[in-house]
Amino acid sequence: MTSIEPLLQVRALGHRFPSVRGGPWAVCDASFELFAGEVVAIVGESGSGKSTLLNAVGARLRPLAGQVLYRTAAGAWVDVHAAPERQRRELARSEWGFVEQAAADGLRLNVSAGANIGERLMGRGDRHYGRLRATAADWMQRVELDPARIDDAPRAFSGGMRQRLQIARNLVTQPRLVLMDEPTSGLDVSVQARLLDLIRHLSQRLHLCALIVTHDLGVARLLAQRTLVMHEGRIVEQGLTDRVLDDPQHPYTQLLVSSVVAP
Amino acid sequence: MTSGYNFAYLDENTKRMLRRGLLKAIAIPGHQVPFASREMPLAHGWGTGGIQVTAAVLGEHDVLKVIDQGSDDTTNAVNIRQFFARTAGVATTTRTREATVIQTRHRIPEAPLKAGQILVYQVPQPEPLYRLEPRRAETLTLHAFAEYGLMNVKLYEDLARWGRVETAYDYPVRVDGRYVMAPSPIPAFDNPKMHRMPALQLFGAGREKRLYAIPPYTDVHSLDFEDHPFEVHLQGQACALCGCTTSFLDETVQAEGEVLWTCSDSDWCREQQEGLAL
Repeated sequence: MTSIEPLLQVRALGHRFPSVRGGPWAVCDASFELFAGEVVAIVGESGSGKSTLLNAVGARLRPLAGQVLYRTAAGAWVDVHAAPERQRRELARSEWGFVEQAAADGLRLNVSAGANIGERLMGRGDRHYGRLRATAADWMQRVELDPARIDDAPRAFSGGMRQRLQIARNLVTQPRLVLMDEPTSGLDVSVQARLLDLIRHLSQRLHLCALIVTHDLGVARLLAQRTLVMHEGRIVEQGLTDRVLDDPQHPYTQLLVSSVVAP
Repeated sequence: MTSGYNFAYLDENTKRMLRRGLLKAIAIPGHQVPFASREMPLAHGWGTGGIQVTAAVLGEHDVLKVIDQGSDDTTNAVNIRQFFARTAGVATTTRTREATVIQTRHRIPEAPLKAGQILVYQVPQPEPLYRLEPRRAETLTLHAFAEYGLMNVKLYEDLARWGRVETAYDYPVRVDGRYVMAPSPIPAFDNPKMHRMPALQLFGAGREKRLYAIPPYTDVHSLDFEDHPFEVHLQGQACALCGCTTSFLDETVQAEGEVLWTCSDSDWCREQQEGLAL
């Protein structure tokens, strides 16, 4: 069940990179809301501002304009970019998760899988080795990794397994909002399908709110209840995924949908 | 005393800069304070940080002891002791209980230190997080917000791999419940001695240009897990020279292949042999 009050509100968000003098806005006047328990996809071509928007929402980048408001587990609204850094970091490592496109960026490759999963718990102050280990093994099982490999370094894992590990590492503190940047790109189709299945399954069971950036309309179709379409930094269309993909209104969305190569 | 040098080699302005840094370090226990490390007449890695701190705190009437791995007789200890005897003309000693300033590398003396004494550590790497987080700017943030989960990741790795914490030296500590600090490469065996020590502990890292300190009687706790508490392991041997079973021992392989265990703290060993132990 989605509650009436949103979990996250993005208001007139805009950003342009200072290194590009007089250049176009990477993200311009983006507004949307996210509700608990829903999966929302951001689609668009490369350079349309998807990742910049995601980074601004996830407080990894300070936008030049606009606001990101987040309702914490305690029920208070926080203006993410106006909040002190301490609070922002605390949110980022407890109530939010961020799944990177390249698992290597989101994992510590030189420490074991178990330590990767346990890091957020230890950051929260958990100091019981036995329990940390049990939780790590449990989460490996949940993301369909073999718990016997708990002491293996992620270097020894395949691309798909690393991505699963990254998801486990993020979900272990039971975040309310997970941001994913192209979580399945770079994986072959069968691995991709299983991972998508896993993400869908976990988001339903944990009542997660997930915002997924993807250039693959198939991913949006499979995972997301709602889809935002971005073009040249603007959200040109948003609505229920099936509506957006089956009955696109904006000319760019029509172009995007008609460009999909069907096998 | 050699002429042509200022007292204790460094000029007065440099010593003032160091003392300012040290005062700040003492005011914020365990916090790393940057300082303008000088070139010293020995290579980085040989104790340039410790030497500069010693030069800054040394007074005319101080009695200096220098140890390296617990011993007064190793090259590094002998040279640094002579250096200050020549450039400052201060009295030197090998006796822990008689010294007012003790510069050390890799050990804390076995004899308990008293109020009024100063222990100066030579530090190769002041950043306890550096193996886990190579970005200096990021470690500063982690210290500022006391985000030390990463430190336990290292201990977790040891436990997962070896079944026990294998960090035997430079074992991270939390000072006064706030900053996590690298105690320099002293054995974990010595960590409990830092807790509520009556003497002032100063740390200097010359190459890394950092000072930090533990004021007297400050809480210092070694990091651990609830179900794997920090503990000190005795080596299960007795010193071949004095028979002490509670001190930190060095294992020396003799020419004939026999193993000789002796106290690493040479002054402690002398006291035991002379029956002077309190």
